[in-house]
Amino acid sequence: MRVTRRHFAAGLGAGLLTGCDRLGSDPAFQKILFGAEKLNLGAQRLLSDRGALAREYRPDQMSPRFRSNGTAMPASPAYRAHLADRFAGWRLAVDGMVAQPLSLSLDQIRAMPTRTQITRHDCVEGWSAIGQWTGVPLKLLLDAAGMRREARYVVFHCADNYGSTPYYESVDLVDAFHPQTILAWGMNGRMLPVENGAPLRLRVERMLGYKHAKYVMRVEAVASLAAVFGGKGGTWEDMAGYEWYAGI
Amino acid sequence: MARIPGARELSQGMSYTASVPLDLARDEPTAAEPRPLVFRHKLATRIWHWVNAVAVVVMLMSGLMIFNAHPRLYWGSYGANFDKPWLEIQATPTIGYVQIGDARIDTTGVLGRFTRNGVSETRAFPGWATIPSDYNLALARRWHLAFAWVLGVGLLAFLIASLVNRHWKHDLTLSPAEIKPRHIWDDIKDHARLKFAVGDAALRYGILQKLSYIGVIFILLPVLIGTGLTMSPAMNAAWPWLLDLFGGRASARSLHFIAAAAMAGFIVVHIVLVSLTGPFNQVRGMIIGKIRLPKERAE
Repeated sequence: MRVTRRHFAAGLGAGLLTGCDRLGSDPAFQKILFGAEKLNLGAQRLLSDRGALAREYRPDQMSPRFRSNGTAMPASPAYRAHLADRFAGWRLAVDGMVAQPLSLSLDQIRAMPTRTQITRHDCVEGWSAIGQWTGVPLKLLLDAAGMRREARYVVFHCADNYGSTPYYESVDLVDAFHPQTILAWGMNGRMLPVENGAPLRLRVERMLGYKHAKYVMRVEAVASLAAVFGGKGGTWEDMAGYEWYAGI
Repeated sequence: MARIPGARELSQGMSYTASVPLDLARDEPTAAEPRPLVFRHKLATRIWHWVNAVAVVVMLMSGLMIFNAHPRLYWGSYGANFDKPWLEIQATPTIGYVQIGDARIDTTGVLGRFTRNGVSETRAFPGWATIPSDYNLALARRWHLAFAWVLGVGLLAFLIASLVNRHWKHDLTLSPAEIKPRHIWDDIKDHARLKFAVGDAALRYGILQKLSYIGVIFILLPVLIGTGLTMSPAMNAAWPWLLDLFGGRASARSLHFIAAAAMAGFIVVHIVLVSLTGPFNQVRGMIIGKIRLPKERAE
């Protein structure tokens, strides 16, 4: 009696597990499961002001050491050449659905108005680190380029690869025009280190770490994400199934 | 186990009364004296129970997979690999271990390092405890953040329904008499002796039951949901007070884990107690709402 009961329990447990694994890979069930992303986006946007700020910390609250994650050194010869050149010949492209595409040097970007913020970086994995970031508000770049009314998303093309495809990320206009959304060229009072995304990385402070594209080479305004790489709005979204909306 | 004569044997006029002890004869209802099914659990309670049975298990198991992505816990606003965790589950080249403060517990085979399908794997929680069973942070998050809605909306609906159907007033309010230490101590002693409520008393929650359910409904679940929301960077911007309430994001993550462990503990105790008090009767009660009252014990 006892043995059968135990077998039953073990069988139930194993059945539950395979059941969940099967369900998790079933397209119809995934559609329901993945539907929660829209619910999360809707609810969080409903609850928060568009301009609600992420908490900013005091210098004494910063992490003693800020770890890097993902690519620590892009492999491409072009990036290596820029690095050797201290990014003197490097240019940021701002294009796509804009009236006036821009090509900006690092010095030009640094000459623009800056915002410095000490914020917490939350990785999707669960760790957090507090660092200081200095950069140009993305809004200023988009305004300077004259983003067209039809644009709905801003895509960030990066110098590093994930497998064979270049890293990319995207945000919608609520986050693109948020006052704390900056393209940072400085970190913790110094120039942005290579491992943290030199020369320029995105800070989009109400989002998890994978949205904060490093090594940004090009900012592209688009009406839809469908035609960009895998169509899901980012490298991790395309490759691993992370949520495009990374507010939670 | 002594067999109790059935109704047919009785009618055949077997002389059993002298040979069968009285208390054994009371164990099972006889045909002549069936104990009726009596109403015990309200519909809202039953629905919520089974919705939660699924949602909580999915939350716990997908949560363990999310934990696997960074199996270290910290206190304060931040915490990453260069910072000192208060708890971590790791592996050396030979063993798996849990480290709490300076104490290291060898957990090889269960946590940190285990063998699965003949292959030695290093991961905090093993495949049988996680959803999905293979490492997949993205899919675990999908499960977790979808079923969080089931858990949260379910709790809210249950709270409202319980106000309306007076579940609160009838079943979960504490009377001055029952929160007297003496009464609580008596209930603890009864539980330790596996002496559970019988007769009409089984229609009401005991004080330990009430305190457990109140603790789960008003402390554990709200802490789980609150600390969960505190880990969301967008929620931090929307409701910055969450960070102050739970002492920062890394602390919220630690509290989330501790509360989840407490929830797992509640489930274990719950299932053990259900098993000890007539599992068929109890599960039927939670499905159709009616139970058969346990008979008075022969002292």
